[in-house]
Amino acid sequence: MTKVTMTVNGKAVSKEVSGNTLMTEFLRDALHLTGTHVGCDTSQCGACVIHVDGKSVKACTMFAAEAEGAEVVTIEGMANPDGSLSVIQQAFQDHHGLQCGFCTPGMVMTAAKLLEENPSPSEHEIRDYLEGNICRCTGYHNIVKAIMAASGQDVSGIAAE
Amino acid sequence: MPKDHGIGAAQKRREDVRFLTGAGQYTDDISVYGQTYCAFLRSDVAHGTIKSIDTSDAEAMPGVLRIFTGKDFEGIGGLPCGWQVTDKHGEPMKEPGHPVLAQGKVRHVGDPFAAVIAETLEEARDAAEAIVYDIEELPAVVNMKAALEEGAVKVHDDLSDNLCYDWQFGSDQADVDKAFAEAAHVTTLELVNNRLVANPMEPRVALGEYNRANDESTLYTTSQNPHVIRLLMGAFVLGIPEHKLRVVAPDVGGGFGTKIFHYAEEAFVTFASRQLNRPVKWTSTRSEAFMSDAHGRDHVTKIELALDAENNFTGLRTDTLANMGAYLSTFSSSIPTWLHGTLMAGNYKTPAIQVNVKAVFTNTVPVDAYRGAGRPEATFQLERLVDKAARELGVDPIALRRQNFIDSFPYATPVAVEYDTGDYVATMDKLEEMIDRQGFEARREESRKRGKLRGLGVNCYIEACGIAPSNLVGQLGARAGLYDAATVRVNATGSISVMVGAHSHGQGHETAFPQVVAEMLGIDESMIDIVHGDTSKIPFGMGTYGSRSLAVCGSAMVRATEKIINKAKKIASHLLEAAEADIELKDGQFTVAGTDKSVAWGDVTLAAYVPHNYPLEEIEPGLEETAFYDPSNFTYPSGAYACEVEVDPETGRVEILSFAAADDFGNVVNPMIVEGQVHGGIAQGIGQAMLENCVYDENGQLLSASYMDYAMPRAEDVPFFQVDHSCATPCTHNPLGVKGCGEAGAIGSPPAVVNAVLDALNAGGMTVDHIDMPLSPHRVWKAMQG
Ligand code: FES
Ligand code: FES
Repeated sequence: MTKVTMTVNGKAVSKEVSGNTLMTEFLRDALHLTGTHVGCDTSQCGACVIHVDGKSVKACTMFAAEAEGAEVVTIEGMANPDGSLSVIQQAFQDHHGLQCGFCTPGMVMTAAKLLEENPSPSEHEIRDYLEGNICRCTGYHNIVKAIMAASGQDVSGIAAE
Repeated sequence: MPKDHGIGAAQKRREDVRFLTGAGQYTDDISVYGQTYCAFLRSDVAHGTIKSIDTSDAEAMPGVLRIFTGKDFEGIGGLPCGWQVTDKHGEPMKEPGHPVLAQGKVRHVGDPFAAVIAETLEEARDAAEAIVYDIEELPAVVNMKAALEEGAVKVHDDLSDNLCYDWQFGSDQADVDKAFAEAAHVTTLELVNNRLVANPMEPRVALGEYNRANDESTLYTTSQNPHVIRLLMGAFVLGIPEHKLRVVAPDVGGGFGTKIFHYAEEAFVTFASRQLNRPVKWTSTRSEAFMSDAHGRDHVTKIELALDAENNFTGLRTDTLANMGAYLSTFSSSIPTWLHGTLMAGNYKTPAIQVNVKAVFTNTVPVDAYRGAGRPEATFQLERLVDKAARELGVDPIALRRQNFIDSFPYATPVAVEYDTGDYVATMDKLEEMIDRQGFEARREESRKRGKLRGLGVNCYIEACGIAPSNLVGQLGARAGLYDAATVRVNATGSISVMVGAHSHGQGHETAFPQVVAEMLGIDESMIDIVHGDTSKIPFGMGTYGSRSLAVCGSAMVRATEKIINKAKKIASHLLEAAEADIELKDGQFTVAGTDKSVAWGDVTLAAYVPHNYPLEEIEPGLEETAFYDPSNFTYPSGAYACEVEVDPETGRVEILSFAAADDFGNVVNPMIVEGQVHGGIAQGIGQAMLENCVYDENGQLLSASYMDYAMPRAEDVPFFQVDHSCATPCTHNPLGVKGCGEAGAIGSPPAVVNAVLDALNAGGMTVDHIDMPLSPHRVWKAMQG
């Protein structure tokens, strides 16, 4: 067991972990932050995406010990300080970008990073960026639309009849 | 001005807030005091005899509490099948035992034969790996045709062969034979409906907890239908009376059918938690999900269509082999029969139809309902066949369909169902308008100039939702009723909890259901909450599958709300000192007709619970009503779908350029949710047509057991979809006039994709009759080489 210290959603945390504790396990079991989901065991679904020192990371591919000293943000830290939904979260609700909600935390974290890197992405750029995130419910239509809307683009004409 | 309230309003989903902030409560998010962890040891061979299992070393490992094997389940019931199919000779289907942990033999890769309970998950997994066992591998049977051959390896030694049943259904043999004998043209097609894995993004989880103080068990599980699990597990497997068993299905991360069934792991954790007097939790890995979640589809079919000289359909005959896998999953037997054969008329007035289905045991994971369940298989055969007929006859495929459409309702098909409403011309007209069919040839030409082959594929579908009525399905072999239930509990201050049997795992019931009640009462949705997923809170309902929630459970909710209104009017008439018949309810006010005398909703509800001024001699205090609703018929959503593709003639790569869906769902409560359901269904249909394939090798090894090998549709694989549901013919027999929209997309889309690719190739000068799904570049390229 080793002690790890990091900041998670703005709060300092310090816990004993074993060398092979995954970041997903650390967040879910030790910190009870169960918004980070586990949808696969081959690092391919993206349900577990978090931000570590400003980069998006699949938490299932990282040991907790590797986050020593890091700034970590999870889905629980994405709302505005007053508790209201952030622009991206709000866009997902406004455009029905989620159904069962299981892929959603990873989608929101990935989308947030995309918009930081590319404030006005095209449909193609969004679809390309979501390559590591699987959603089984929405067919991606409303996820892509929500991300475009969150970036301030007019989505009223998408797939109009 | 679109409505922002009540039925028809595209209200934003209230459940989204918790999902978007990480506050959802999925089963794996629940941990209880003293919880232990469970790891299963699963067979790595497809077929074998269990010679020995030695758990002694594993039992001595740190943290291990107990190890169970099949022996611990001797004398305990196996997992039951919920539908008894009778074969064409009047014999019941063969129904082999399905023990919770394998006994004597393992019958598919992933078949669990031992389970470890330990203090931590890691300890449980380590100990499972340390179990010493000797399984003698036997030859496996994987291919259905081979499984039916004389002398084939038997999946179950106690059965005479691998044939579960040989089922025949439809018109008289003589009528079908005559149609084919007199046909001017017969089109024949052989095809495979590829085996799929449902893959909801949340893997299955089960957490069993036993309370010795009151002898009660609680199972938290990823289920679409907690009462069905309670009944099957309590009554048939573990023998726990229902009042001592609570099943909770909290937030569930997608189901698509695969979370309907009662699984061994649920029974196991419940059983083990009682033995150990400690809670036991099992969380499936994705790899385990591939080898233990029931799979879908897997049909091999030969279908023939007879046409007369005017191209009218006169007869249809279909022969299907349906894979059951190694054991009968909960509803497996009903899928290729009553959910498939009864839909073979499609949208057409073919007068003579015969359906033959042989269900076959193989050494593979059990196969059961996956989104659409039987109806996608029916639609795919028929709509591929009609396209092939049009090509052979040199006629326009849309015109051939239109010519044969059923055009008057109600319509009794030769395969036992009666369509109540529909307008297939309207949805086809709408579709042609949506896709700018007139402009297609110009688009094709433009693609040609870029060296690409463009194709347009169109098809229709009809499906059946809300399976019912119970007395009919009982005659057909269902071992359950198919009603649903709702309790409307009005509180003293006028807020309402509606407890429903349906379960929401993405469908947005928490938003849509209150819209119905709010419309009926004229109050705001924010006063109404839906409670679902906990047998200790909700009335006995059958859950959510087959696009039934609104049509069946929603109808129960309407009936219960009507009872509330009746009683509330009695109370209001007392308060207003007027005749009950004169009381009108509008916008949450009870008014004496023709006067300005009124009381508000909240005054009436308060009077019901503080009955100081109340007709106690006539009615009871309180305001709570329950209704059970058993529909008189299925509902029949229908529609027309189109896909436009571009094929690269050099590589065989297919790009989906556009996809359009014109659906008739009857009335719609929340159009935003309905459109989302269609989007998701289409993506799964495109997944089946283009990418997904569950593959076994000849030894029964599962080759596609992770997201590295099983290609899930990703954002780049699908376009934006055009969807329309304006051609609505309301269902005639339920109070909301709704039909159900959950599966349509997955049912209607695969043939459109395949038809489009074949159109591209044939218009490009190749002669290609059929390509089996998924249309990988390799398969398309091979087909192009002739
Ligand atoms: S859990 Fe699937 S990528 Fe991390
Ligand atoms: S919303 Fe269910 S997986 Fe994306």
